[in-house]
Amino acid sequence: MHRTICDFALDLVQNSIEAHSTLIMLDFFETEEDLTVFVADNGSGMSPEQLEKVRDPFFTDGIKHTKRDVGLGIAFLAQAIEMSGGEFDIDSREGQGTSVKFRFDKTNIDTPPVGNGAHTFFAALTYPGEFEMVINRKFKNSAVVYSYSLTRSELSEAVGGLDTSGSLRLLRTYLQSQEEISEEQALGRMN
Amino acid sequence: MAKMTLEELRKLREEQKESLSRRSTENKDIQIIVGMGTCGIAAGAKETLNAFIEELEEQDLKTVRVTQTGCMGLCYVEPTVEVVMPDMPDVIYGNVDPEIARKIIRKHILNKTMVNDHVFDRPAADIVEEGGDQ
Repeated sequence: MHRTICDFALDLVQNSIEAHSTLIMLDFFETEEDLTVFVADNGSGMSPEQLEKVRDPFFTDGIKHTKRDVGLGIAFLAQAIEMSGGEFDIDSREGQGTSVKFRFDKTNIDTPPVGNGAHTFFAALTYPGEFEMVINRKFKNSAVVYSYSLTRSELSEAVGGLDTSGSLRLLRTYLQSQEEISEEQALGRMN
Repeated sequence: MAKMTLEELRKLREEQKESLSRRSTENKDIQIIVGMGTCGIAAGAKETLNAFIEELEEQDLKTVRVTQTGCMGLCYVEPTVEVVMPDMPDVIYGNVDPEIARKIIRKHILNKTMVNDHVFDRPAADIVEEGGDQ
């Protein structure tokens, strides 16, 4: 089972990449009370029959591992949401793409911790492949609202590629700075 | 740390370009591949990936290729990491938490010595030393 809500989001992004998507959108909207994640792609999508089985942990398309009959990513997510009173919705059309939206109630004791946004976006953006990814991050509480957007191609151009340790270090520094100012802002305004 | 703009990020890269170009031929054949399937993510592969980047920075290794892949089929020893480099056998390490990730950089990559307790695939049994890597 995943440790954090960020892990669920990363798992969904990886599904999108493996579905041969060329465009992936990740929205990560957080308030004091809840966290809503929306992942949409233009990948291979699923048939209505496949979509019906998507929450079944013993169903998989059999492409990645031909001798296994498990597919745990969405099954774990649906289970965690069921336990903590959130919401989960998935829509998919074969040949057109898939979108998944889920919301966790952060005040519920069974809700997993949110996790580290910067590390999650870093892992999502640096997964190998030719695809565009746009991440929208928003945080809002009673004292402060902040948001930022990340575009994979733009970041790749800025750091000179997304696969060598020197450029990854630059990207990591950039992503951390986006999150840290947010914390400073929130603390500053609340004090 | 102040919020960095894309322009500042480009500028920072330019500043580091000189040292990068000096080192452009060093370590370029070294590749670290982190398994980031559902099993890897659930076992903490995200933190492992982050530890590799931190330790590479600490050791001033700027041209090592760090990539991700899906499940390598060793779900019982996640997080798994494959290391490919000259003069060493290709190795898949298992149970690679952040501490072991740092050890892999220091031992396997810098000292060309395997982290024996965590070798799970690839090298023949006779080149993995019994009794661990103490």
